[in-house]
Amino acid sequence: MNNELIVTSSPHVRSQDSVKKIMWSVVLALLPAVFAAVYFFQGRAISVILTAIVGAVITEYIFQKIRKKKITIKDGSAVVTGLLLALTLPPSIPLWTAFLGSVIAIGLGKQVFGGLGHNPFNPALVGRAFLTASYPVLMTTWTVDGVSTATPLAQMKADGIATDTWRLFVGQIGGSLGETSALALLLGFAYLLYKGYVNWRIPLAMIGTVFLGTFAFGADPIFHVFAGGLMIGALYMATDMVSSPTTKLGRWIFGIGAGILVVVIRLWGGYPEGVMYSILLMNTAVPLINRYTRPRSLGEVR
Amino acid sequence: MKALTFKQGIHPEYNKELTKDKPLKNAKRPEEVIIPLKQHIGAPLKALVQKGDQIDLGQKIADSDSFVCAPIHASVSGTVKEIRKVTDPGGNIVDAIVIEAAEEDNFNTNLEKHDNLDNLSSDEIKTIIREAGIVGMGGAMFPTHVKVSIPDDKSVDYVILNGAECEPYLTVDHRVMVERPQSIIFGLKALMKAAEVSNGIIGIEENKPEAIESMQDAVKNQENIKVQIVETKYPQGGEKMLIEALLGREVPAGGLPLDVGVVVNNTSTAAAVADAIRDGKPLYERSISITGRGINSPQNLIYRIGTNIGDLVEEAGGLQDNAAKVITGGPMMGQAQKSLDVPAIKGTSGILVLIKDEVEDYEASPCINCAKCIDACPMFLMPTQLVNYQKSDMVEEMEEWQILSCIECGSCSFVCPAKIPLVHYLRLGKAQVMAKRREEN
Repeated sequence: MNNELIVTSSPHVRSQDSVKKIMWSVVLALLPAVFAAVYFFQGRAISVILTAIVGAVITEYIFQKIRKKKITIKDGSAVVTGLLLALTLPPSIPLWTAFLGSVIAIGLGKQVFGGLGHNPFNPALVGRAFLTASYPVLMTTWTVDGVSTATPLAQMKADGIATDTWRLFVGQIGGSLGETSALALLLGFAYLLYKGYVNWRIPLAMIGTVFLGTFAFGADPIFHVFAGGLMIGALYMATDMVSSPTTKLGRWIFGIGAGILVVVIRLWGGYPEGVMYSILLMNTAVPLINRYTRPRSLGEVR
Repeated sequence: MKALTFKQGIHPEYNKELTKDKPLKNAKRPEEVIIPLKQHIGAPLKALVQKGDQIDLGQKIADSDSFVCAPIHASVSGTVKEIRKVTDPGGNIVDAIVIEAAEEDNFNTNLEKHDNLDNLSSDEIKTIIREAGIVGMGGAMFPTHVKVSIPDDKSVDYVILNGAECEPYLTVDHRVMVERPQSIIFGLKALMKAAEVSNGIIGIEENKPEAIESMQDAVKNQENIKVQIVETKYPQGGEKMLIEALLGREVPAGGLPLDVGVVVNNTSTAAAVADAIRDGKPLYERSISITGRGINSPQNLIYRIGTNIGDLVEEAGGLQDNAAKVITGGPMMGQAQKSLDVPAIKGTSGILVLIKDEVEDYEASPCINCAKCIDACPMFLMPTQLVNYQKSDMVEEMEEWQILSCIECGSCSFVCPAKIPLVHYLRLGKAQVMAKRREEN
């Protein structure tokens, strides 16, 4: 018996959380948005989502095989990337484009940096940025019920037409698959918050900044909060653990910074929407933010 | 009463119900004790006995001229069989006196009995505490007389008794508080008098209502002494956390509780001080929780210092077939033992046996920057960042980012979803920074 005793250093008990649990919880949290996407965009939504997920998982597998690393496709992180990317794509996008986007997301956004935990940018947004730059027309063709339409933000930018707030909130509008229904996104976020798998400072800071910023410059703050990708971006992409700050103060700074960039791009920029670029830009600042926001340790005199 | 607490920390499963209602009882008198000569933080001791000597229970068998040390006493009457090297529960190889027990104990000590503290001066109390070999019984084993010797340039206004017992599973302090409240109060008053301090606080975690009630009863007619409930949260019993919770004072980095006017002692230590003063009894026995799902009959025992932990395990019904890990102390900061052939010493407050299902094979995966460790650290360090520095041997950065403030409580490793043994890396990092400092001096 004595020879079999296990010896390790303390602590000898661990919490039940795991990376796998966190990732699959995010997938679960995104299900309401998936259902909303299917409700508003029918079968088209399912095929785009499945294509992006399959593309992400296959790419992860191939890279890990080539790099002779442990295959970790079951940990759910590639699924999250594929799903998030799909939810930011227009429903009418050709499937090959969605597939290519997820290959880029995992390949260029994550694996080239060393895989899980090492990517400076949110991989899904890297994929989306690639598609936006490469296929601008495909990425800005929006349909609702099979009819082409403009997004509320585009209508606002071009014609100054605001969309009914309630339709914005539930999602009956033109836009990417998962970004249209703020309600569905908030439901999932509440679940993650309850599980302790997401931080609330970044989305609060980001959405709050957009609200105050658009209000200050005379735009309709409620419209800007619920329109476009702000909800999905602030709730699920800016909060991506790997590519966001680790300190509490850092999270405030990150969220406010991203919020300011959204306001600047939406009100004065060339694009109707700026969530993707604002998060990617703030991602680059994360190491710096962490460095300068180290909390004062207990008893430390600075 | 509102439960006070510190900021951050964690909520592990406490598992105290295994032993919390089991009254303390005397363990079988061992046939042989192995008493390590180093059971304190400080200078090493010299044996005062030789092979073949007949010695009595309570007789001093090792001491030193040094101030920071605590002498050691025989825990049975008998014959010195040998003095040899043994491995102590901390994994250190130390000299130990092996005593073969005689048929009967003959208690013999040079400590006098004092029923009334009024007849004793501060220095006399300190001398008794020292001569009785009392050390911090929470596990740190710092000599208690040193703790209550206040340097001239410091002024102290509180003695805090630590009854938090925040380590999961352990119920030793709990039982002592339930069963011996008057001894604890007597010991606290002695410690207060020794440190020349007029205020005493006993901090007890909310999850021990019986202990709270028992101690509240005991302090009813005491001015200047109060019981304060603290939140059930780990590591509430860390002295810096307890001081923060009870008094809102922050012990400066690299400093001592003394620097903020506080002396912290464990409740069981206070009971031992009372035993020494009232009964002339040196610290040759202590209480322990033998607990965990891997033990057949979990219980709280009072054992003689130097008893083999294997014997204590046997007394608690032995190991279950699926026992996988034996830990001295609690699950958060205790040490895993590779053999049961180890003597229990003054700081051994628990033997915890975990079963196979509870001892997962934790394979670390990459850090995902979730910052759970940062949000848990009671010292407000950034464990994940420090570990990155450690892995790259960035000693200066570790120092700048306050790695030496780490109290090794294990909260970071506990919460890590990637199962990275953060505190292990932090220990390595601390050793590197200490080595660098020694080099510079």
